[in-house]
Amino acid sequence: MDKKGPRHWLLAACFALFVAFLYGPTLTIFILSFQGPEGGLTFPMRGVSLRWFANLFETQMVGDFGGSFERSLALALIVMGLTVLIALAAGLAFRRKFLGATVLFYLTIAGLIVPSILISLGIGLMFNVAGLPPAWWSSALGAHLTWTLPFGVLIMFAVFNRFDRRLEEAARDLGASPWQSLRYVVLPLIAPSLVGVALFGFSLSYDEFARTIMAAGSDNTLPLEIAAMTTNVTSPVLYALGSLTTAFSLAVVVAVTLLVLAMRRRRGA
Amino acid sequence: MPAAPRGAAIARRTAAPGNRLASVLPYVQSLPLWLVMGVFLLIPIATIVVVSFWDDQEYALVPAFIFDNYRDALGNWVTWATYLQTIRYAVVVWALTLSIGFTVAYFLAFHVRSTLLQMVLFQLCAVPFLTSNVIRMISWIPFLGRNGLLNRLLMNLGVTDHPLEFLLFSPFAVVLAYVHLYALFMVVPIFNTMMRIERSLVEAARDAGAGPLAVLRHVVVPLSLPGMAIGTIFVVTLVMGDFITVQMMSGGQSASVGLMMKNEISLLQYPIAAAHAVVLLLTVLLMVWAILRVVDIRKEL
Repeated sequence: MDKKGPRHWLLAACFALFVAFLYGPTLTIFILSFQGPEGGLTFPMRGVSLRWFANLFETQMVGDFGGSFERSLALALIVMGLTVLIALAAGLAFRRKFLGATVLFYLTIAGLIVPSILISLGIGLMFNVAGLPPAWWSSALGAHLTWTLPFGVLIMFAVFNRFDRRLEEAARDLGASPWQSLRYVVLPLIAPSLVGVALFGFSLSYDEFARTIMAAGSDNTLPLEIAAMTTNVTSPVLYALGSLTTAFSLAVVVAVTLLVLAMRRRRGA
Repeated sequence: MPAAPRGAAIARRTAAPGNRLASVLPYVQSLPLWLVMGVFLLIPIATIVVVSFWDDQEYALVPAFIFDNYRDALGNWVTWATYLQTIRYAVVVWALTLSIGFTVAYFLAFHVRSTLLQMVLFQLCAVPFLTSNVIRMISWIPFLGRNGLLNRLLMNLGVTDHPLEFLLFSPFAVVLAYVHLYALFMVVPIFNTMMRIERSLVEAARDAGAGPLAVLRHVVVPLSLPGMAIGTIFVVTLVMGDFITVQMMSGGQSASVGLMMKNEISLLQYPIAAAHAVVLLLTVLLMVWAILRVVDIRKEL
C-alpha cells in the first residue's frame, strides 16, 4: 500500500535482520557440527569431518541418545493423536451452549498461562503423594497435553468460527444423520486444520523441556538428555545432536506443509 | 469468550424435539478435555497449594497445616532480590520483544503486498517455535563464547583488545536468549490483529490528511493493542516462570524465581518450593489481570 520509499526498505532491512537473528545461530551450529576432529566449539573450522555425527551413534559417548529419541518420538506421536482427538471433540462441543463451557475454556487457556515449572512440580508432587512412580507415558504425557491442548482448542475455535454452517444444514436437509454430516461434510473440510493441530501436538511435545523435567521419571526424553549433555559435553558432538534433531523437526514441518498444500489442491481441483 | 457461537440458536432449532442425544452430546464431547485439564492442571495446582502448608522431615513430606514455608520463603531477602531480578528480566524482554514484534508484524501486514509472500515470510517467523528451545540456546555458544564470533569481531574492530567474558554466561546472554526464543510470541498475535484492521480505515485516515506516522499512531497502534496484549501475556508469563534459560545462559551468575524453585526441588525441599510456586502463580495471575484491565482482548478470542 505504501510506495516503496526509504521507509519500506528500512522496514524490510529490519525484517531481514530479524530472520537472520532467528536462524543465524542454528545455521552456525549446523556448520560447526561438521568440525574437524581437532576442532572445538567455536570457529575456526579445523577441517571438515563427520566424526561428531559418528560419535553420536557410539554407545557410552553421549548418554542414552537412542533410547531417549525413541521415547520422545513415541511420546510425541501419542500426544499428537490425543491432541487431535480431544481438541476436535472439544471444538465440536464448544459450537453449542453447555453448562460449564466458560469455565472449561478458561481452564484450557490457563494451561498456557500457568508457568511450566508449576505444572511440572504439581504433577511430580501429585504422583509423589499418590505413591505412583512418574513415567514418560503417564505423568509426562499429561504434562505435555496441558501445553498442546490449549493450542489445539484455539485452532479449532478459529476453524469453527469461520465454518459455513449452511453446508451442514444442506447435508441434513438431504437426509444425512449427524454422524454422516460430520464424517462426509465437516471432517473433510477441516482436515487441513486438523493436520495443523497434529503438527503442533507432535512438535511441541517432541521439544518440550520445562514441563517434562519433574514429570519424566527415571527415563529421560530427548530434550532432557540434551540439556543434561550441555553440562558435561564440551565437544561439537553437542552441535551434531542439535543439528540432527533440529533437522528432524524441520523435516516434519516441511512434510506436513506439503501434505496440507496437497490436500488444499485436491479439494480445489 | 466465544462460548455462544452464532450457530447455537440454529443448532437448537434444528435439533428434533425430544432429541436427548443432541443436548447431551456437548458434555460427552468436552469430557476428555475436562479430564485432562482437571487431572493434569487443576489437581496438580491444588496439590501444590496443599503441600505448601505441609512439613518436611528427613526429605519426607509430612501432612500438616503450617505457615513456616511461606514465612521462610517471604521472610528471606534473597527471595525479594530474586523477584526483583526476574521482574527486571521480564520488563526488559517485554520492551525488546514488543518493539521487534511490532516492527516485524507491521512490515509483514502493511508492506508486503503479495499474499503468498506474506504467508511465506510469516511462516518463516513462526517455524522456530516448532524447534527445540534447548538447542536454540546452545546455538549461541559459537557467537558469544570466549573465542566466539562476536568477540573476534569486536577485537578486529579494535573495540577491545581482550575477549569480553561477559558475553556468554551473563545477564546479557540471558536477555538475548529470551528475545531470541520469545520474540515470535509477539510477532504472531500482533500480525493477526493487524491483518484484521480494515484497510479502508487506513485509506480514510490518509485521505483526511494523516501522514504515515499519524496513521501509525492513531489507527494502527490502537487497533493492534489486543495483539500486543496477548503477546505481552505470553512473554511476561514465560519469562516469569523460566528457569532453564537463566540456568544455561547465565552459568550460575544470575537467578530467577523459577531457578530458585528448581534448586529447592533438586534438594527435595518440596514444601518450600510449593510455597514459592503459589507466590509465583499469584504474581503471574496478578500481572495477567493487570494487562487485561488495560486492554480488552475478548474480540480476539
